[in-house]
Amino acid sequence: MCTAASAACWKGGAVASALLQTERLTRRFGGVVAADAIELAIAPKEVHAIIGPNGAGKTTLIGLLSGEIAAEDGSIRFDGAEISRLPVYRRSQLGLARSFQITSLFRDFSALDNVALAVQAHRGHSFRFWGDARREDALRGPALAALERVGMRDRAGTRVDKLSHGEQRQLEIAMALASGPQLLLLDEPMAGMGPDESARMVQLLRGLKGSVTILLIEHDMEAVFALADRLSVLVYGRIIASGDPETIRADPAVRQAYLGEKDSSAQGRQDG
Amino acid sequence: MTASLEPALNVAPPAVLTARTIFTAGLLALLALLPVYALATGETFAVALFTRVVILALGAVSLNLIMGYGGMVSFGHAAYLGIGGYAVGILAKEGIGSGFVQWPVAVAASALYALVVGALSLRTRGVYFIMITLAFAQMIYYVAIGLDRYGGDDGLTVYKRSDFGGLIDLNNKIVFYYLCFAILLAAIYLIARLVNSRFGLVLRGTRSNERRMRAIGFPTFRYKLVAFVIAGALCGLAGALLANHTSFISPAIMHWTRSGDLIVMVVLGGLGSLFGPVIGAVVFLLLQEGLSRVTEYPDLVLGPILLLVAIYVHGGIGGLLEGRRRG
Amino acid sequence: MLYFLEQCLNGIQLGMLLFLLAAGLTLVFGIMDLVNLAHGSLYMLGAYFAATFATLTGSFTLALILALVASLIAGMVLEVIAIRPLYGRDHLDQVLGTFGLILLFNELVRLIWGPEGRTLSLPPEMLTAVQILPGVHYPIYRLVIILATLAVAGLLYVLVMRTRLGMLVRAGASNREMVGALGVNIKLLYTLVFGLGAALAGFAGVMQAPILTVQIGMGENILILAFVVIIIGGIGSIRGAFVAAIIVGLLDTIGRSFLPDVLRLVLSNSAAQTLGPSLSSMSIYMLMAAILVFRPEGLFPAASR
Repeated sequence: MCTAASAACWKGGAVASALLQTERLTRRFGGVVAADAIELAIAPKEVHAIIGPNGAGKTTLIGLLSGEIAAEDGSIRFDGAEISRLPVYRRSQLGLARSFQITSLFRDFSALDNVALAVQAHRGHSFRFWGDARREDALRGPALAALERVGMRDRAGTRVDKLSHGEQRQLEIAMALASGPQLLLLDEPMAGMGPDESARMVQLLRGLKGSVTILLIEHDMEAVFALADRLSVLVYGRIIASGDPETIRADPAVRQAYLGEKDSSAQGRQDG
Repeated sequence: MTASLEPALNVAPPAVLTARTIFTAGLLALLALLPVYALATGETFAVALFTRVVILALGAVSLNLIMGYGGMVSFGHAAYLGIGGYAVGILAKEGIGSGFVQWPVAVAASALYALVVGALSLRTRGVYFIMITLAFAQMIYYVAIGLDRYGGDDGLTVYKRSDFGGLIDLNNKIVFYYLCFAILLAAIYLIARLVNSRFGLVLRGTRSNERRMRAIGFPTFRYKLVAFVIAGALCGLAGALLANHTSFISPAIMHWTRSGDLIVMVVLGGLGSLFGPVIGAVVFLLLQEGLSRVTEYPDLVLGPILLLVAIYVHGGIGGLLEGRRRG
Repeated sequence: MLYFLEQCLNGIQLGMLLFLLAAGLTLVFGIMDLVNLAHGSLYMLGAYFAATFATLTGSFTLALILALVASLIAGMVLEVIAIRPLYGRDHLDQVLGTFGLILLFNELVRLIWGPEGRTLSLPPEMLTAVQILPGVHYPIYRLVIILATLAVAGLLYVLVMRTRLGMLVRAGASNREMVGALGVNIKLLYTLVFGLGAALAGFAGVMQAPILTVQIGMGENILILAFVVIIIGGIGSIRGAFVAAIIVGLLDTIGRSFLPDVLRLVLSNSAAQTLGPSLSSMSIYMLMAAILVFRPEGLFPAASR
């Protein structure tokens, strides 16, 4: 069992190049080391889950990967290219899409408009001042397809602030999918969902398995074990263990980290 | 599959007979027929007053683009009225009286200033942005005061209106009024197309949730800057019109309280609506005019009205007309 | 050289006034998240109050004290009546509302005191120059301004950092719900803070009245400078406001005094005459622009809320 998610540790042995790879990724805030020399290697098409107790630094990690937080040390390689100096929008254009833990949508637009914008960002430039963008099939088509994929086709015309919480979370996924990304960075997609909605989301994500690489941050242990090919455990900014679900489940260091959060599967479902 | 693509989801509904649409249509009709009324009753002063209203409405329309649709509260927009006006005035003084030169220069100079100010200011947001645009406007105000050759504090008289050859005679007050009105309508039409275009959706999305816009892959800074420049350029045109209208240009038009007036007009009319700024301009300026006839201290009434509007009315006058309540 | 020193002192003096205004603004913004454009009006009121009280009582010192009290009261009354509804609102609403207040105050002043403005005279001893360094003379009163403002700055520091009230103020800045939940009367706290800001502004208004101006609209001109100070120093930071105020005061004063001469060295006389005043007034904004490019959060950014 490996203590680092380095490329050589993969189950199956064959070493292919990782789609996303971080080396010694570090970030401090004042005296706190929020990210401590994090080493991750995400294989193409796998579902890789990051788990860890609250305050472990998951938000910082997402921030570092997406580009909202600048790394102090270390590097991030995506599809072979060094991206740690790139701004948020550039990373998105390179194929790294994310969803937000606290729903972040365009509230005064319809669901379709939201997703169409995500498509638009990846279809040429937007310095077009005349034509009605809402009539562009090149944008609407893929947007409707993404909504279809998350099961929200019939809600396409509804304004976001009229959607239920669960539908908004689905919309988050649709927006991330709409740009045809290589890597989906999902930040607690199940946040604030009840058991039925969570189950639906798990179904949705299971349906995506194999067609796109997913890096999943989640509290909900049932979902994690249902979906993940591999797990990495983040505690106090460090990856303390990485490997397939069974091995992680049995790892004593991991169990100790979760002591005090024993019933994490039930707790995860109520986490906002 | 394309057949099932609903073509226009969530586009504004066709002109329904709401109170707001009726009011707007009525207002436009009033503005269109004003010179007729003035000629009939002999109240030619009305034409002068409403020419000013229409010109400042153009300024408000340009501000609405960045404020209402873009979420950028610029407290320095009156600077472009000044730049456009001074372009006309300075060129006129230096012997270049042709409108074909003056007006494009007015627009270009305003666009250039907007580019510089925008590039610097848009690095900030929120209240910082408000203060910074305010400061830059004040800066150019002082520059104008320092221009002794062009009147400085006293201002610059523009002896002749912009010359367009045989094309149009701006000295005819009625003709000039209709020209301003036509430009206003054209500007509104252009903005109507713009806000539904790709560019417009990016702008509006940025207003709604900039963080999200970046996350889906838009370099939002560029789009905001372009919008800022367009708004500045359009307001510069209004400035050129204003210099022609009053035959005079002074730094006072760029004082930050004039920028405040423009903001008031946009907010009064309802942010982010096409005709809102026109409604706001008409209401504000007529109110100002009316109050100054009735009392020697008009701001004693106007000030508190603004405060009350800020406190109680969500969505401006447009919101009032729609009975809209903010969620 | 002497002239240069004198201008430096003038610059510091201006900086001190700016600091008073900026401190009040940044306190109110930092704690109540309120953009108050009418802050300049409180500065103006302070000056007018002092002018009137001086005429009534014949004593500058008495006028100062009374004007301070009047500013404090005016600020608190204003807060209760007009400012409270603006808390928690969109900054644009606050801008609009306080803009209306500016119009109202300017008109009120014109109604009560007339359009001409006032003067505030000092006891003649205050205007004599005093030797502060060998060969360097400086008017006592201007020294008083510098020292008085430093004293106020010191008091402010003690108040915010060392007293219970100050602790509440700082806590309120970072988490107002918590402070409310602790049973503190938030409404009263806000009124007091706003009153404090008003008193600071009024104090600045009074202090500058004898040497600068007492007229309608005086608040707006200096308000923008105060904004520039805040931008350069960093919103929410009193220390930043202090440093930035000194810099801005020095830059503005020295710029105005020396830039035309410097320009004359490189440009023709008439060009220097034309450009000089414009450029000097632009110098502060150039600095602000530079800060925006290299350090947009200001020199001393306060911890983000």
